[in-house]
Amino acid sequence: MTRPALAAFCLAFAMPLAAQQTMPPAPFAYRQLEDPAQEAAAQELMETLRCLKCQSQSIADSDAPMAGDMRHQVRIRVAAGESPDEIRSWLIQRYGDYVSYKPAVSATTWPLFAIPLLLIAVAGAILLRRFRKRA
Amino acid sequence: MIAELGLAALWLAAALAALQMIAGFLALRAGNASELAALIRPAAIVQGVLVTFSFAMLVWLFAITDLSVKLVASNSHSLKPLVFKLSGTWGNHEGSMLLWVMVMGLAGALIALVERRLPERTMNATLAAQGVVSLGFYAFLLLSSNPFERLPVPAAEGMGLNPLLQDIGLAFHPPTLYLGYVGLSVAFSFAVGALLTRQVTPDFARAMRPWVLAAWIMLTIGITAGSYWAYYELGWGGWWFWDPVENASLMPWLAATALLHSASVLASRDALRTWTIMLGVVAFSMSMVGTFLVRSGILTSVHAFAVDPERGTFILVLLGIFIGGALLLFALRANTISEGERFALASREGALVFNNVMLSAILAIVLLGTLYPLLTEAFDVRVSVGPPYFNPVGAIFAIPMFAVMAVGPLLRWREDRIDRIGKEVALTAALVVAALVLTSLLTEIGLLPLLGLAFGIGLAVASWLPLRGRNLARTPLATWGMVVAHFGIAVALIGMASESAFTEERLAAIEQGDTATVGLWTVVLEGVEPVAGPNWTAVQARLSAHYGDGEARELTPQSRNFWAPPQQTTESALATRWNGQLYAVVGDRSPDGRWQLRLWWKPFVTLIWYGGLLIALGGLLALIGRVLTDLRHRRLAARIAERRADREALA
Repeated sequence: MTRPALAAFCLAFAMPLAAQQTMPPAPFAYRQLEDPAQEAAAQELMETLRCLKCQSQSIADSDAPMAGDMRHQVRIRVAAGESPDEIRSWLIQRYGDYVSYKPAVSATTWPLFAIPLLLIAVAGAILLRRFRKRA
Repeated sequence: MIAELGLAALWLAAALAALQMIAGFLALRAGNASELAALIRPAAIVQGVLVTFSFAMLVWLFAITDLSVKLVASNSHSLKPLVFKLSGTWGNHEGSMLLWVMVMGLAGALIALVERRLPERTMNATLAAQGVVSLGFYAFLLLSSNPFERLPVPAAEGMGLNPLLQDIGLAFHPPTLYLGYVGLSVAFSFAVGALLTRQVTPDFARAMRPWVLAAWIMLTIGITAGSYWAYYELGWGGWWFWDPVENASLMPWLAATALLHSASVLASRDALRTWTIMLGVVAFSMSMVGTFLVRSGILTSVHAFAVDPERGTFILVLLGIFIGGALLLFALRANTISEGERFALASREGALVFNNVMLSAILAIVLLGTLYPLLTEAFDVRVSVGPPYFNPVGAIFAIPMFAVMAVGPLLRWREDRIDRIGKEVALTAALVVAALVLTSLLTEIGLLPLLGLAFGIGLAVASWLPLRGRNLARTPLATWGMVVAHFGIAVALIGMASESAFTEERLAAIEQGDTATVGLWTVVLEGVEPVAGPNWTAVQARLSAHYGDGEARELTPQSRNFWAPPQQTTESALATRWNGQLYAVVGDRSPDGRWQLRLWWKPFVTLIWYGGLLIALGGLLALIGRVLTDLRHRRLAARIAERRADREALA
């Protein structure tokens, strides 16, 4: 129920009303790429990048100018032939791991991947124990 | 005066909660003979009345915009429409916590009033547990979040309510969710009461079940409504973000779903005793974790939380006491409660256990993904966990669950053979495989949407199979409820898969009179004009949209500017067809005079929320069925008692 409050927080900080008079200098913030395959790749990537000025919104879901700038960057880089993975690591280099919604296995994130594996083992063990006894 | 009345009622209610707790525990120690036991039910009822009165006073203060009250001054505005003044009561921290304790008080009053199935000792323990939980939240409200605080000097004008919250959908979203959260507190109290008196019986499950069902229905509606709200209000067509706030409502739902099924097994088969108790504790714990996440401010920033920790720490301590206490009690008592009846893997209980384990695993994943970033942030390492994590990892457990869900309801209790239902299994499997093959041949589609679509289609058919060979007029309402709810899951799943696989997007900058196309839609920008509302002004685009050769429909998306507080929002416009929705948003104007339009064609997106509503409807059918059966039993028991009395009188 505070998602709107968060979104509002994001808007309030990101959008001074005066900024509306001019278009943002990033033409590809609100323009799609001509090639549908490239646009689809860009879209898929944008949905997994965090809008840094917002709370829990991807740059594909935000009106914040910074999200617009990042969409522009993603689109022109995709158009220039960079792969989504390259663009993601470029952005991570610039803004840190925080910008990517897709955590990679690293020293700080390994529990995110180890615990699900553990869960599979635990779930399997619970089920085995329950149903073996009587067999 | 009104504020003081409300505050006094709140203190009195807190005192009664304390009485309910103390009398309950003393009566429990003394056994049934204690006279104190007679106090417990009335205390719970009066407490419910008082806290409701207190909440009504706060609503009144908001209705008349009494600016001498701090909460009203900082969250309301005299120019707001009345309905948003009223909904503003719970659109803030203090008010929503008062709503929370009011719902809890009402729930406590209701069980005190109507629940007579359980042994009186268990009821006393249950109400005592309810007293403990309520008292904790009263303390939180009165000591750190007093909603009735006055300002030394009344404010000249209120600060206003966040414009995003000034929406009719959102006005009723928090109360529904809270009803769900707090309804689970009753399940928690029942579980603690049953543990204290070691009375984990089918009767206990039957007494608890309607509460779990009701809470679960409310959570389902709350989540569905919240998702639709995010979809049309945020202006980008997203309907689920794996945002911590959303996860906070999803986690109790997952736990309640598991609890519901396990309570059903306990009620009809006297099996899964400890498992049901455990889930009862976990479900409400998830509600409290959700409240902590949303209310402590920890989501805005872990560091902000550490700087001003008063409220957050209070909830965290409460959380620790309640969850820790309940788990400790569970650990001490669990070994004195036997597991109950046995059953084979290929049985309905077996399928339910499998799916309960899967639901619990999904719950653990959501909890992990939600808390882990907060944990690392405390050590100054910031990571983001989003859809690319939750979707595939959740699917590992969700896909087997859907498969078992399709066949489970067809199995018999206790022991069965899969080959008895061979035909049904083959039909479902054939449907899933056919959908897999056809969809992957015909379109380019990601793995997850593909699986979602295939299992959705298989499940949509399989969910109706339990009705085969039954006399439909004599099928119990609860069975209908199950069928409808399972069908709802399938419908929602198809909607989600279709939305993520087939959505088409068009970002266009066009002049008046120009057209843009998306999917089979053609959209003409007829004009752009200014409009004004009670507390906003807006730029409104007039679009005429037609699907294929169909009739033109007028759409009017707006870009609104609110002035208290100053903020811009987008009001999307939707054109709904049976096979999907056109979603239109108007953006800024570029220097050359063209208008930014964002258009999406989302095939079958509406199925997501229709599915949600079907799930809730299924729950409602089951609830009505259970309550009617219970009433019938009560009447029957009363008649038998009457006859026996007659016979004795004759003798």
